[in-house]
Amino acid sequence: MADSSIAARTPVGRRPGRHVLRAVVVAYLFFLVAWPLYLVGRNAFADGISSFQDILTDPDVTHALRLTVVIAVVAVVINTVFGVGISLLLVRYDFPGKRALNALLDMPLSVSPIVVGLALILVYGGRDGWFGPTLEAAGFQIIFAVPGMVMATVFVALPLVIREVVPVLQEVGDEQEQAARSLGANAWQTFRRITLPSIKWGVIYGVVLSLARSLGEFGAVKVVSGNVLGDTRTATLVVEEKYLNFDKGGAYATAFLLALVAVACIIVVSVLRPKEER
Amino acid sequence: MSIEISHVGKRFADFVALDDVSVSIPAGRLTALLGPSGGGKSTLLRIIAGLERADTGRVEIDGVDATALPPQQRNVGFVFQHYAAFKHLSVRRNVAFGLEIRKRPTEEIRRRVDELLALVHLEQFGDRLPTQLSGGQRQRMALARALAVEPTVLLLDEPFGALDAKVRKELRDWLRRLHDEVHVTTVFVTHDQEEALEVADEIVVINEGRVEQIGSPDDLYDRPANEFVMRFLGPVTQLGDQLVRPHDLRLAVDPADGVPGRVSRITRIGFEIRVEVTTADGQSVTVTLTRNEFLALNIETGTDVRLRIAPDTPTTQLSTHAPTLRTALTPTH
Repeated sequence: MADSSIAARTPVGRRPGRHVLRAVVVAYLFFLVAWPLYLVGRNAFADGISSFQDILTDPDVTHALRLTVVIAVVAVVINTVFGVGISLLLVRYDFPGKRALNALLDMPLSVSPIVVGLALILVYGGRDGWFGPTLEAAGFQIIFAVPGMVMATVFVALPLVIREVVPVLQEVGDEQEQAARSLGANAWQTFRRITLPSIKWGVIYGVVLSLARSLGEFGAVKVVSGNVLGDTRTATLVVEEKYLNFDKGGAYATAFLLALVAVACIIVVSVLRPKEER
Repeated sequence: MSIEISHVGKRFADFVALDDVSVSIPAGRLTALLGPSGGGKSTLLRIIAGLERADTGRVEIDGVDATALPPQQRNVGFVFQHYAAFKHLSVRRNVAFGLEIRKRPTEEIRRRVDELLALVHLEQFGDRLPTQLSGGQRQRMALARALAVEPTVLLLDEPFGALDAKVRKELRDWLRRLHDEVHVTTVFVTHDQEEALEVADEIVVINEGRVEQIGSPDDLYDRPANEFVMRFLGPVTQLGDQLVRPHDLRLAVDPADGVPGRVSRITRIGFEIRVEVTTADGQSVTVTLTRNEFLALNIETGTDVRLRIAPDTPTTQLSTHAPTLRTALTPTH
């Protein structure tokens, strides 16, 4: 470990404290995160790979997996574009109501996803929503269809890109952008050639977090999807369904796939991210 | 390539940064905007570049009204105090940036970048990233980048302010020589009067959002328009109600013309001797002498002397409220 040299230099009297602290943290993470996740994996493989063969040959499950990926990717694209835009607005411009907007952006983290789902139904519900009947008359179904599920996912993952990008933008400052402007670059060229490369890692990290969050969204999607088998049922809903129907093998196998993708995303980025950025 | 600034005003909330400023900056010269921090000189430079918009007034660059033009259409080169290097691009790509934006042919860009890197002595550093350069090298790169687009005017905002004293002095000499080679109309902002006096052809003294005086370094030093310029450009001391430079005072031991006083303190600082004289009415006056002058006088603490101002030297009548300003505005050495 890199910190062994630091430990060697600390006064002898403080070392037991450090060890206790480290043991507490490790035990905490082990019982809360590592052990349960490991058990999901072990249960998924309890019957060898037969559970995986079962779910991957079930057309309803593969449809659900595909739907989850499509919704997550669309939601991440939307959240990335708007997230970078809103971050630029928050950092580079002053306008009345900026603090209110800033606070509003954290709402999705504090509001329960179920509430998000219900709120969306109130607005876009096809029968007695505020805006829904109008849209439905025009041929757009939002609730109990993919658009509503994308909206719910976008909502819950909204702050993740912004909270990664804003501090990076603040740290980079706007002098490089001013220099680019004075050298003849227009707003788009400045963004493409200067701003985006300097916030690249913030954006990538935000995208990965959003992707992981979007793949795993359950509550809000459950409310707005209607959970129709083979149509609007996503992977997380499959897990619940299988679990409640005593198909534990299928539930754990699907859960394992979901966890695997999310963990893989984060590992890939941690490996790629330059150790020292500056 | 001259710059005409007429009646420019700029406020930030309640703070008046520039108050009806009119300056005419001649073509092909090296002009310094000199003044204390917060006096408005950087704001004026940024308004010329288009990075800041004037509330009132008009900016003309090379005969063209640039008041409403965005920075990318003004064809100015801007050099920032903290370099504003594009951190993710190599030195070459930094210098090439403006040319790439202008979609010049690759071959032309390569040739021009080579020339500029040679001009700023960074030939061997083309493939490095800006973080691998020293401060002075980064600022030379920034200068090459600004010059690459063949700007009508080159604007430098405290270009040497972030560098240590030795590098600052080298770069200052180098900027002067570079300007003698390139002749682009150049404006630089500084709060260091020595830097302005040494490098500039013309100095605009700006304080509290207003122009105090415009002139050559000699004009400003020898014929300061007011007390502020007098104090800002060099050390001053007060004799009676006159402000005068300490080296423009003459000391005599024989009973002669002049204000009588007694030597209260003698300090030697390198090649100069600083003598403090207390006059009969209690005023403490500083006189600086060369070592030889001091030895010839043969004075020590307690000697009675006479003080007078050498003929043909700049003095300023002191306004009544002035003494409180003294410590704040006397430049440090």
